[in-house]
Amino acid sequence: MIPELGHFALWLALAMALLLGVVPLAGALRGRDDWMTLARPLAAGLCITVGIAFISLTASFVRNDFSVLYVASNSNSALPLQYRIAGVWGGHEGSLLLWVTMLCVWMGAVARFSRHLPLPVVARILSVMGWVAVGFLLFTLITSNPFERLFPAPADGRDLNPLLQDPGMVIHPPMLYMGYVGFSVAFAFAVAALIGGNLDSQWARWTRPWTLAAWIFLTIGITLGSWWAYYTLGWGGWWFWDPVENASFMPWLAGTALVHSLAVTEKRGAFKSWTVLLAILAFSLSLLGTFLVRSGVLSSVHAFATDPRRGLFILAFLVIVVGSSLTLYAWRAPRVGLGARFALLSRETLLLGNNVMLVVAMAAVLLGTLYPLLLDALGFGKISVGPPYFDTVFVPLMAPLVFLMGVGPLARWKQAELPELALRLRWAFAVAVVAALASGWLAGRITLVATVGLLMAWWIVASLATELWGRIKPRDGASVGARAALLPRAALGMMVAHLGVAVFIFGVTLVKTLEVERDVKMGTGDTTTIEGYVFTFRGVRELDGPNYRAARGWIEVTQGGRKVADMFPEKRIYRVQRNPMTNAAIQTGLTRDLYVSLGESVEGGAWIVRVYYKPFIDWIWGGCVLMMLGGLLAATDRRYRSRAPATAAPPLATAMPGIGTLEHEAP
Amino acid sequence: MKPRHKRLAIAGGVLASVAVIAALVFNAFQSNMVFFFSPSQVAAKEAPLSRTFRLGGLVEEGSVKRDGVTVTFVVTDKVKAIPVTFKGILPDLFKEGKGVVAQGRLEGDVFVAREVLAKHDENYMPPEAAEALKNAQKVNERTARSIVQSSAETAPGARP
Repeated sequence: MIPELGHFALWLALAMALLLGVVPLAGALRGRDDWMTLARPLAAGLCITVGIAFISLTASFVRNDFSVLYVASNSNSALPLQYRIAGVWGGHEGSLLLWVTMLCVWMGAVARFSRHLPLPVVARILSVMGWVAVGFLLFTLITSNPFERLFPAPADGRDLNPLLQDPGMVIHPPMLYMGYVGFSVAFAFAVAALIGGNLDSQWARWTRPWTLAAWIFLTIGITLGSWWAYYTLGWGGWWFWDPVENASFMPWLAGTALVHSLAVTEKRGAFKSWTVLLAILAFSLSLLGTFLVRSGVLSSVHAFATDPRRGLFILAFLVIVVGSSLTLYAWRAPRVGLGARFALLSRETLLLGNNVMLVVAMAAVLLGTLYPLLLDALGFGKISVGPPYFDTVFVPLMAPLVFLMGVGPLARWKQAELPELALRLRWAFAVAVVAALASGWLAGRITLVATVGLLMAWWIVASLATELWGRIKPRDGASVGARAALLPRAALGMMVAHLGVAVFIFGVTLVKTLEVERDVKMGTGDTTTIEGYVFTFRGVRELDGPNYRAARGWIEVTQGGRKVADMFPEKRIYRVQRNPMTNAAIQTGLTRDLYVSLGESVEGGAWIVRVYYKPFIDWIWGGCVLMMLGGLLAATDRRYRSRAPATAAPPLATAMPGIGTLEHEAP
Repeated sequence: MKPRHKRLAIAGGVLASVAVIAALVFNAFQSNMVFFFSPSQVAAKEAPLSRTFRLGGLVEEGSVKRDGVTVTFVVTDKVKAIPVTFKGILPDLFKEGKGVVAQGRLEGDVFVAREVLAKHDENYMPPEAAEALKNAQKVNERTARSIVQSSAETAPGARP
């Protein structure tokens, strides 16, 4: 019964979504309050019905109902409970349902936290999100119904892909989807503003926290994915420029550009059309990512489906979304206007530079990801573009961006003076050069590229320190502590996020330059030495897990005669799918990771063993965590939290002359 | 500076930097494109000698030999076969008789792989490998006799 209930709830949700897409929007067009007020109840109804569907599927997994085809294909009665729940998004159908569910979570949040917005604005936003929901619900129901029954029901399921049986995999997809889908909010705000014609700094202020929230989730999702690849795929890499990774990285780049351009729109009312375009771009790239991953055009761990109908459907949906929003943009953008003027050297120009670099970087990734697919689709043969392309392109693109990152926050809005900037930053630059040379020398055998990397990291740190000192140095009788306490969270968030970029660059530079990767054949008692660490192979024994058998190696690590760690890498064979899986053993430290994984056994009880030394690799994810924290600080800035109508209402009323008689406060 | 000049300067600056970057990107793209070749194409000397490319097909049964860290195996499209050497650990799903894609260079008659890809699904066939087999089959049907003869002469491991 439960799966039928879920299936029925999905159809009901489709009806709700259609109503939500039509009625409030029509109400906003015709000035009908009664139609517009339906937006919130309809959104709530949509959330509830989709929620019921999601819970039904989860219940089928928990109850091991193998009469449901999707459960039978992605679960097994021997699978531990947490992975049975994660199995909900372990395959194509369920991950689509997760997509829709996330959309509803965002929609619910918008409905709940938009009480200070004028009713027509809320009606338009929720309607646009309703149309997105219609698209994805149709997709789910027509091509990928997760509730399809299997008759006769098998005695047991085919089990979850062993690669996904991992704590990181339990939360990676929901976080990533929260990020992907979160850009639909910025998209809905942008489209609603285009329809309504009221695009101003007030609009940017509403949009910013939502965009930041989506950006934070996307950052967490990508970081988790990278970390997961590092410790489960067994080859110690953290980013492969795999098309699927690129699919999540492109919206991130566009989203980062959007976060910055929204700042200009909010503070200065400039870049309006550009900001709207970026919001459309970020969401379109999220859809493109979904298309690439779900359509089966890519072959990777993530590609579940090879049903061409599915790819065609998402492609059509993508074309409709991009086409209609760009048409709307072309029609309405001239009314939006360009916004305030600014001088050749000003923070606006520097942020424009930031946006250009980020969008160009995004385009370079897009080229490297799509061009091979396009050639293949047109029958011009198969090519692939590997990491060397992306590495060659990214470093020169990031260098000017990082330079601007140091200058931008110190430049004044509207008009900045070059001498003043140079004066304030000359010490930062000198310190950065010295620190880069010193840290390069300390690290030993350093290359020119690595020195540039270190310089970039130190430049960010030094310019941040300059900026921070400018903001908190004693002035007008206020002490450092008093001024620091008054720092707005938005400013603090920006600094933390930029520091995260520095930490990230530092980690990438050092790990790329100093890592040691060695594949060796080891018998019991054999040793190999890397960077002063002596790895001794103590043998392998057999082991039984809940749903797998494993060969477990024991490697003792010593340094200068002192024991550092015992490491136990595993090679697992999962009983149901019979796939071998490598489980690396990692000993994490602040300045280095030791990484050991088992290859294959060779004659005489020896094994081929991978022994890696990865200096500062955890700084890469540490930097990402800092970026995310910075986003969190900025998103919770006071000016976004003030929901008291008394402070919000007057500027709204004056900021929206275009709405005329439709001005309303939410009840 | 007049506002019009200023806007021109900004637009010009943006365009110029985008142009420079685009040139850089396309150059990097050109020099890092990796083409795909099937064993038949490699045997016909169509593959470049001094450039990295991808070779795809099936791992021939009984051809995998390990000597310490170095592995040698034969990639075949059932018409032609190319010997491959690789130093390091093969992916978990590398198996004899299954599809494989190797990336590397030709050194003499041997393909020296720097990377070996086999994907994470037992029944999965890398599209490149699948295509190599399909193409080879077509050629096989069309000019069956001549290929059987030449493969018997040049590549003793290949089976028509």
